[in-house]
Amino acid sequence: MRKHWWVYAILSIGLIAMLFPFLWMVLSAFKTNADVYVYPPKWFPSQWNFDNFKRVFEMVPFALYYFNSLLVTVLVTYGQLIVSILAAFALSRLNFPFKNTIFIIVVSTMLMPFVVTMIPVFLIVSSFKWIDTYQGLVIPALFSGFSIIFLRQFFISIPQDLQDAAMIDGCGFFRILFQVILPNAKPAIATITLFNFLGEWRNYLWPLIVTNTTKMRTLPVGLRYLMTEGGGEYHLMMAASLMAILPVLLVYIFSEKQFIKSVTFTGLKT
Amino acid sequence: MKVRFRGQRFYLREIGVAWLCLAPALGLAVVFVFIPLVQVFFLSFTNWDLLRATKNWIGIKNYEYIFKDPKFLQSIWNTLYFAGVKIPLDLVLSLFIAVMLDRKIKGLRFYRASYFAPVVIPVVAASLIWVWLFDPGLGPFNQILGLFGISPIRWLHDPASSMLSIILFSLWKGLGYDIVIFLAGLQGIPPTYSEAASIDGAGQWKIFFKITLPLLSPVIFFVILMGIINSFKIFTEISVMTPKGGPLYSTGVIVFYIYQQAFENYRIGRAAAASVILFLMILAITTVQRKLGRKFVDYE
Repeated sequence: MRKHWWVYAILSIGLIAMLFPFLWMVLSAFKTNADVYVYPPKWFPSQWNFDNFKRVFEMVPFALYYFNSLLVTVLVTYGQLIVSILAAFALSRLNFPFKNTIFIIVVSTMLMPFVVTMIPVFLIVSSFKWIDTYQGLVIPALFSGFSIIFLRQFFISIPQDLQDAAMIDGCGFFRILFQVILPNAKPAIATITLFNFLGEWRNYLWPLIVTNTTKMRTLPVGLRYLMTEGGGEYHLMMAASLMAILPVLLVYIFSEKQFIKSVTFTGLKT
Repeated sequence: MKVRFRGQRFYLREIGVAWLCLAPALGLAVVFVFIPLVQVFFLSFTNWDLLRATKNWIGIKNYEYIFKDPKFLQSIWNTLYFAGVKIPLDLVLSLFIAVMLDRKIKGLRFYRASYFAPVVIPVVAASLIWVWLFDPGLGPFNQILGLFGISPIRWLHDPASSMLSIILFSLWKGLGYDIVIFLAGLQGIPPTYSEAASIDGAGQWKIFFKITLPLLSPVIFFVILMGIINSFKIFTEISVMTPKGGPLYSTGVIVFYIYQQAFENYRIGRAAAASVILFLMILAITTVQRKLGRKFVDYE
């Protein structure tokens, strides 16, 4: 191989720039008050103290935020998956009148981003008395035009012969879904699950709007209020951020290949 | 049992199963997408105010109001400024890094994984880190600049640099995604093309501009389109790093304006009017891109 030392040099400078904020967060999560409010800034904590993590739990109900985030994320991810799989199955493997019309309607929802409709959605949810409830956090997020279309594109590529053979053997439509389509669509389902899980774990705007008491806040909303209401102490914010990022980062480190595959899979196909 | 409909034959049972499968999705779409979309138009013609509980038809007054509101006009400009600066930078940087990663380098996986890492973490958590990095006195950025003899920048606290700071953050946060997309695109180009050109005496630059870039045009187009649409939706980092819209509203973007009108001022009508404008802008971009896409993109 030729020596591309300059390629490595440029890539490494970029690499340092990308990883520096993570490094800063980790180092700073252990700093004391005295380490933070000095000039010039200190890069390393004078001693490794774990007090910051404890103080985050004392200042805000951080464990509750964690629980809320996890619950809402799991419910949205799997609820949306079920809704999308059923709809995608009908749109790809079944014949019925107005199939094309329904397909176009689902595609058209992708042109209507949530930021446009969030005000009426908020008003509808509040007319259901769902403000500040788990229903309010979860149910409006269960429909995703993208998930349906993505799964449909994949389901369509499964050979018709498999379905026909199963039908000749006397399989009903739901057995075809569970025993023919789903086992053959594992990569697509894994991709969409990963995407929705990440998307929901970081979701900020809707939980910000729909919750108004501390006990219903999810992690992103709780973190934001930790900054404005918690006096904005930097080292505590880093400890809280580290705790919010850690689960995602661990999952990423152990399944990085799946992440990359998912991006190219969804990105290039839309 | 079979039925005939418009000259086609369908199984009654299959129709039943299909609608049963579609019912949850369509029900949710009607309640949480289509009704809200109709409502947002309707609300934009009313003076609904959550505090005073008024709700009267006032025609186009909300539109007159927002188009005279300097904050709204500035929010449109800020959004366009964000998109206009961020997207070209992102495109050049991510393509550049992807091309280098494509050179069969050692440790590709490690580099790619590191560039992608910021993409996976929550925006709010990442924003909190950067608020400190940007701090003019306590943050490391000015300290590093000082090493090179550059005088301190007030980053998020100066109207001249606040949006650029947000852009810098967004580049860091999103670059990895586009790198992975470009890398996949580059790896999809058969090496025979560039080998053939190389035998014919084409240099590296010529191969890049005459072969790689045109073959990559659908991917580039996709990245630009996603960049524009995501720029119009930007809110989270703005709301966390500049909770009041930055100095002199220099980081107040359209979604931020809508959020403030609706959930801080409780002016539902005005917020709805701004939402309609945002919708029309996104619709216009999507239409233009489809037309341009047919014209310029080279799908082999």
